[in-house]
Formats: sequence, C-alpha cells, structure tokens
Amino acid sequence: MVEGALVAGCRFFAGYPITPASEISEILSIKLPRLDGTFIQMEDEIASLGAVIGASLAGVKSMTATSGPGFSLMQENLGFAIMAEVPCVIVNVMRGGPSTGLPTFPSQSDVMQARWGTHGDHPAIALSASTVRECYEMTVKAFNLSEKFRTPVVLLMDEVVAHMREKMVLPDEDDVEVFNRVKPTVPPEWYMPYEDTPRGVPAMANFGEGYRYHVTGLTHDVRGFPTSRPDEIGPFIARLHRKISQHFSEIQMAEFFQTEDAEITIVAYGCVARSARRAMIEARERGIKVGLLKLVTIWPFARSAVEKVLQKSRILLVPEMNMGQISREVKRVNPGVAKVFTLNKVDGTIITPEEILNRITEVA
Amino acid sequence: MGEATKLIYKYLRHDKKFPHVWCPGCGIGILLGALIRAIDRTGFEKDEIVLVSGIGCSGRLPVYVDFNTLHTTHGRALTFATGVKLAKPSLKVIVIMGDGDAVAIGGNHFIHAARRNIDVTSIILNNSIYGMTGGQYSPTTPYGMRSSTTAYSNIEQAFKISELAVTAGAVFVGRGTVYQAKLLDGLIEKAILKPGFSVVEVIAHCHTQYGRQNRLGNAVEMMEWQRDHAVAVEKAAGMAPEALQDKIVIGVLVDKELPVYQEEYEMIRERAKATATR
Ligand SMILES: Cc1ncc(C[n+]2csc(CCOP(=O)(O)OP(=O)(O)O)c2C)c(N)n1
Ligand code: SF4
Repeated sequence: MVEGALVAGCRFFAGYPITPASEISEILSIKLPRLDGTFIQMEDEIASLGAVIGASLAGVKSMTATSGPGFSLMQENLGFAIMAEVPCVIVNVMRGGPSTGLPTFPSQSDVMQARWGTHGDHPAIALSASTVRECYEMTVKAFNLSEKFRTPVVLLMDEVVAHMREKMVLPDEDDVEVFNRVKPTVPPEWYMPYEDTPRGVPAMANFGEGYRYHVTGLTHDVRGFPTSRPDEIGPFIARLHRKISQHFSEIQMAEFFQTEDAEITIVAYGCVARSARRAMIEARERGIKVGLLKLVTIWPFARSAVEKVLQKSRILLVPEMNMGQISREVKRVNPGVAKVFTLNKVDGTIITPEEILNRITEVA
Repeated sequence: MGEATKLIYKYLRHDKKFPHVWCPGCGIGILLGALIRAIDRTGFEKDEIVLVSGIGCSGRLPVYVDFNTLHTTHGRALTFATGVKLAKPSLKVIVIMGDGDAVAIGGNHFIHAARRNIDVTSIILNNSIYGMTGGQYSPTTPYGMRSSTTAYSNIEQAFKISELAVTAGAVFVGRGTVYQAKLLDGLIEKAILKPGFSVVEVIAHCHTQYGRQNRLGNAVEMMEWQRDHAVAVEKAAGMAPEALQDKIVIGVLVDKELPVYQEEYEMIRERAKATATR
C-alpha cells in the first residue's frame, strides 16, 4: 500500500495512530522524508484530514490512514473535500464496531459509512482489496481516480488483507500509469475553478501558481464564491454527481470467476472474496455450479456487474463481515429474477471457505 | 488616487464579492482594513499569500480579498493551514478565526499548532460571542454576561486567548482592539514577518449580538469602551493585578525565538536520506 502510494506520487501524509492502520504511518514516516515528502502526526483524525486537504490544495498528492473511530472523526472534512473538489486518499482499515469495538479483528462494517458517513447528498468513490498485490494496485488507482475526478477516494481495507504477507514483484515504476490533476491553461483572469466541462471535472489550480481563487465548503458558483441562488446551486450539486456517474465504466472494477454457467454466484469483496473463491472451487468439485463476482470498486455500486450475474444465476449469495451492507445493494438491484441470500458474521473472525460452502449447500 | 483607494483596488475582490455579509458597524471590517494595510507593508505578492479561515462571521473575511483563499470547516482552519504550509513552505499562510472557532471547537488544533511552532500567523477576532449563529456564549464570554444561551447569566470562566497562546508556545503574541486600528496594523505586520507560530488577538465588538443582549450600546459606544479599557503592555507592567482586572492589555505580549517546524523537518529529511544511502 505504501509502495503504491509513493509510486502514485503521494508526498504528504498526516495521520493519528490507530490499530490496525499504524504500520502505514510508521513506514511513511521513514520513507517520505527521503523523497522530500512530508509526514506529520497530527493531534487527531479531524486535523489529519484537514492537513491532507490543505496539502493537496498546495499541489502535493496526499493521504491519511485510519480505522473506524478515526474514520468517524474524518467525516466532516471528507464532505468538505467532496464539496470543494480536493483530491486525496483516505485508507480505512475496518474494524468491528460500533465505537471502539474490535480494534485488532477484521471487519467489513464501514461499507455504508464510506457511502453515507458524511452529511448531505454526495457521490462517493470507495475501493477495496483482497490481495497484497491489489493493495498496491488499488492505492495507485485511488490516487489516479482522486486526481482525475477531483474527489476524495476511500480505500476500504480489512485487517486480514492489511496485515497479510504475500510475495509480490513490484511492477517497474515506469510501467505504472499515474494520473495527475489537470491544471488550467487559460490566463488567470479567465479561470473558473468550478465550471462545468464535458467531463464534469474543472481544471484545478494549485495555490501559489498565479490563479488566486476561493475554496469553500459552502455551496459555490463557478468562480468558487458562496451562492444561494437556486439556478447555481442545482446545477452545481448535479455536476458533482454527474462527474462520477458519467464515468462509472472508468471507476467500476469487478472480476468474474466462472460466472458463465453458474447457477449460484457469490458476490464478495475484500478478504471474504478469497474464502469465496476457495468455496467456489470446492463446490464445483462437488458438482455444484458456483461462480464468483468479486467487487473491487465498492462505491459507486457495481450495478451493471451484478445485473450481468443476475441474468445467469438463479441464486446470489452475499457473504460479508457485517450485518448485510452490500447485500442490501444487491437486493436493491435485483428485480426479482434471483433469490439473494446472505451470510453475515460480526464476531471478529473471518468467514471461512467451509462456512460459505455450507451456506451454498443450504440454499442450493 | 488616495492610499485607501489604491489598496482597495489592489487587494479587494471589489468587483466580484461585494456587498459583504457583515452588519453595518461590525468590527470585522476594521480588521479587514488592518490586515490589508499590514500585508501591503510586508511586501508579499498576492500569489504568495494563502488566507485561511474557519466558520463564523469572521470566517467570511477571506472571500473578499484577492489572495489564495480557503474557507474551511468550523474550528479546523489551522489544520488545513498546516497542510498548505508544509506542502509548499514558500507560501505565506495567514489564518483568520473567531473566538469560538479558535478556542472552542478548534482549541485543540490551536494549542498544537502553537506547540509545533508551525510557521503560520493566526489572527483571532475575539468578539466574546458566537456571532454568526445568533449570539450564544463562547469560551471568551466573560463571567456573568448574557447571551442567547445564558439568559440567566454566564457561570463559566472565560479563556484568555493570548495568554493561552503564550502558554502553548507561540513565538509571537500580540493583542489589539479594533479601536486602536493603527496598533493593529503594526501587530499584524510583525506577526506576519515573524518566523514560527504567531498570534494576534483582536478584541472586537459584536453590537448586534453581544452588545444588544448585554445592553452595551451601539458599535461606536462599544468601541469607546475598548478605548477606555485598553492599557499598553508597557504601562500594565507597572500596575497592580487588581487594577488590571477589567482592562485589556494591548501590544506585543511575547516575541521569542524557537526552532520553526519546517526548518526542523528539513533536518529530518537530511537524516532520512543519510540513513537510506548507508
Ligand atoms: C461542526 C459545526 N458546528 C457548529 C457550526 C455552527 N456554527 C457556525 S459559526 C459558529 C460560531 C461562530 O462563532 P465564532 O467562531 O466566535 O465567530 P463569529 O461568528 O463570532 O465571528 C457555529 C457554532 C458549524 N458550522 N459547524
Ligand atoms: S453578528 Fe456580530 S460579528 Fe457577526 S457581522 Fe454582525 S456584528 Fe459582526
């Protein structure tokens, strides 16, 4: 994850220690200064995200990492970054909750918080990972998406994947695609920091580069100035949503495993996707046609991918380490053509392949 | 063109953002004038200045001036400012906060920014009240005073912002009033030029909320009160504590040297690079 961040160009990290995300801080505190980057431990998570947003506005790619309680504290500034369209990356290594909950145990219970945690109507991008390789790749992807769409991106990790040790060969740095925010090319007096564009994403000037403009969390006009005019508010909020919805295909990542002939498709993400893959193989050995849809992008929800498996399978099984957060979305998308079953676990232990297999034989 | 007109044309977003949102007679306008005069005297280019604020009447100040301006979340301005400054140290970062902004919801950030000695200038407009939300009491509302949420009188003791800044480690602390605008110009100029965490506490009136609820008169009368209660720090040094009870001590309260965060961090970078190559 750290390597991914550095390759993507991250040179600023602000955080507050919390299990199980502290390792990211510790490694970055060593690596960032070597690259003329900055690491700072702030007084809390609110401050951490504030500093990250400030650094990004000054033109430096920046990130923070936390777990449930810290992610809760970040919600107001997360909304600010969405509203003011400031790219940044927030890693949330999920733990069981509510409250201090289960600090050192895996969980997937912040899926909905990543979608709706901050107040107001807003779009959200959240990615997940189920292998060490994906941690690397999705961190790069998170930075790229945040720069491309001028929006914060949340990386939802679970403790199992975050602490996993796997061998991986890092790709050559030159082979990694890195996207940098589009800067204005017009003269400063013509610059409209929040204007609509065909992609819905306005060019972003960094502080100190000659484009003096206003950044605010208040609803603003195309120049960035606060507005309360309905004819400016409506189009602005619509554009915030459209810049994401218009580019679903660029943002949505999902993998299909043997779904072509599957009667039962498992929909899973994070570490559960690994157990699901194992369960799928074992079920097939027993003659049950099982497939797997692995969600990598969590938000925006992979509607089209789910619709695809809905056309093939009569049963969808959604195992999750929460009380059923993604399964609600799957049910919402299902027009009634398939039965959607859940498998929920919130006791701090991972969902094993056997448990998924048992559930498969139950519902088959 | 007169001096003031020149400054207006140079620094205000005069053709874009006016009229402003403040009540006629509000002290924030005087602070705006002082800030512009001070910045003009420091000679910084407009592109080099980042003006950051939190939320409140005072938080609305940056939108009117032609710098890189950043209106953040309530109480968090200093955290954003920290990020801007560390990411691009060549920028001059100035933060405007209200008293609620700076020492209620943002109190923790305030003491930690001071402790770290981040090279940022904090200007705190202390009007003893939450102006924007309708005159509720703030951590600087004096004991015994009224507000929208202390109708029977305030039973909490007030924070002294400048003294808090001194204790937390700020290298420059100055206090002024909006009545003594000339002094304010000088304090802000000194604070901006000082490397490290500098604080200027600006005692101001909010006649609309604090003044009305406590029957303190109109804006002019409240400013006259500032005039009558301000004591220069040099004079205050020779006065008994009892005599200073209801006084506002104005002037430079602290001006000292401590290592600045950014310079220390440069040293960390050098060390990190040395260990990497070993
Ligand atoms: C998290 C949060 N809580 C509450 C508010 C509402 N609010 C807006 S301004 C303000 C107080 C402003 O008072 P002060 O900082 O003293 O500034 P003034 O308006 O007096 O200049 C409050 C409580 C908010 N914007 N955000
Ligand atoms: S409410 Fe008070 S602080 Fe706010 S603009 Fe009016 S006078 Fe100024």
